Amino acid sequence: MAGIAAQKVVTLPLSGVQRPMTKPLSIIVVEKDRDRARLIVDGLCEAGDFDVFVIGEEAGLARRIAERNPDLVLIDAGNPSRDVLEELTLASAPMQRPVAMFVDQSDGSLTRAAIEAGVSAYVVDGLKAERIKPILDAAIARFHMVQKMRVELSEARRALEERKVIDRAKGILMRAKGIGEEEAYALIRKTAMDQGRKVADVAQALVMAADLLK
Amino acid sequence: MTAPMRLGFVPLVDAAPLIVADALGFAQEEGLELDLVAAPSWAALRDMLALGQVTAAQMLSPVPVAMALGLGGSAARFEALSVLNANGDVFGVSISLADRMRANGYGFDFSDARGAGLALLVAAGPTLRIGVPFPFSMHAELVHYWLAGLNCPLPPGLEIVTVPPPRMAEALAAGEIDAFCVGEPRGSVAVERGVGALLLPGCAIWGFAPEKVLTTRAGWAEEVPDLAGRLIRAVWRAGRWLGAPENRMMASEVLAAPGRLDVAPDIIERALTGRMVITPGGDECTVPGFIEFFAGAATFPWRSQAAWIGLRLAQRYGLDPLTSSMLAKGVYRSDLHRLHLAHAGADLPGASEKVEGYLSQPSPVASARGRLILPMDRFFDARIFDPDHPLR
Repeated sequence: MAGIAAQKVVTLPLSGVQRPMTKPLSIIVVEKDRDRARLIVDGLCEAGDFDVFVIGEEAGLARRIAERNPDLVLIDAGNPSRDVLEELTLASAPMQRPVAMFVDQSDGSLTRAAIEAGVSAYVVDGLKAERIKPILDAAIARFHMVQKMRVELSEARRALEERKVIDRAKGILMRAKGIGEEEAYALIRKTAMDQGRKVADVAQALVMAADLLK
Repeated sequence: MTAPMRLGFVPLVDAAPLIVADALGFAQEEGLELDLVAAPSWAALRDMLALGQVTAAQMLSPVPVAMALGLGGSAARFEALSVLNANGDVFGVSISLADRMRANGYGFDFSDARGAGLALLVAAGPTLRIGVPFPFSMHAELVHYWLAGLNCPLPPGLEIVTVPPPRMAEALAAGEIDAFCVGEPRGSVAVERGVGALLLPGCAIWGFAPEKVLTTRAGWAEEVPDLAGRLIRAVWRAGRWLGAPENRMMASEVLAAPGRLDVAPDIIERALTGRMVITPGGDECTVPGFIEFFAGAATFPWRSQAAWIGLRLAQRYGLDPLTSSMLAKGVYRSDLHRLHLAHAGADLPGASEKVEGYLSQPSPVASARGRLILPMDRFFDARIFDPDHPLR
């Protein structure tokens, strides 16, 4: 993981497009998972001309952020390392400019949307709300995708686990009763239906009982 | 009528009063249907409370004070209705630092803060990086107070850095930090993984330090006094149950469950009984009052405790010390704590402030029922803090 700790993402200006006079805002995304980081960075780059930098390493996080002196830091609200960012809000912090957690005082809906999406934003003092909004909008959309990806991943994992257990249970029945695979599965399914339980649960019980009897 | 209420906690031993209030029916007795939500970090829990996603939360005792002083990343205002526990932190060092200290002849008595501090400074050399869970935490306060109170030159490379508790053992093993101050069971987990040794319990630095507080948004308790009363009483009764020695084993089992602390019960029991395993080799030390949920009016939010925290923060962050200690007093609601426990059988102090660090042994004090004994609360350097004269 350490090897990809710092990926610089360069956004190329499109020819013919009027570039804003101001320097592009620099954004740090704190995210360990490479795929998720990529998803978020892509979303930000589609939303505008930003200087985006990913930090995947948790060690020395406050120092790493301070070294780059960003305008804005985005982090998963569920990341325990959020507490490290609190240091950046202090007067004695390593950052040259004071940072505050973004809470939109005038428009609570943006703040709420950010919370629902699970993204926490830290912004430097004095950054105007209209410059923050497009970044947060893009981040919110992408964090929603990341959440969905996580749910899908855990569901896929569980399905795989269940299949493994059912396969083991079938094998146990085939050996114990000298029956074929289809017959073994039919027996598990019938037991599950009779008892109003899930096939995977019956298979799990059988595997556990067989382990105990070994 | 049963009222639903969502509470936030961080999976640590000192979340016990909230978990027990729910699990053992103390909340139900008060007609509260609790929904306990585990938070991934203190910043996340603070935001959940500020934005109303939870009604009340376990919180580091300096957080409401820091917010009253305008420090930190949130503009919200909180107040503390009760103290959840006094003490319960440990200071630990990496195995290599422990070995160096031992080679220098240090005996690891797990009690003498001055001796431990001097041995630490000698062994540490020019750099010393200490991990604490949050910039506004009793852990950070104890470490700053202890190091300053040694009256010794400190290492030029001294750094006190934030490390999330779940990462503390890992950060120590990776050499990111040389030492830590953290709440249980995180210190014992580092010992169990063989990456750290425990040097001191928090109570060796300050004998009776407010560690976590029951926190709500400022004003909430007065908007809905009935609910606030029920919450304070339910948590207080849970603390009374936790304070009884015969309940410790069961408390360890209750806390150990997945969705709560998700740590083996025998590790949790160390903190609850004060029988700490301080080295991976299995050396044990017993610390009376290692963590206190009830005895000595532990739940009482003394305004003088808040004032001490306010003064320490002010001095460190360049704020006016007198104003800060005054503002701090206002967020520890000893008045509401006393009001809502008046008919619950609690024996609470008559005063709301005391001279912190004054008692070098348990002493009787004026109280509602006249039976209250306050515990030893001395600082390791024997200094006292008078809330009426904070700078003296």
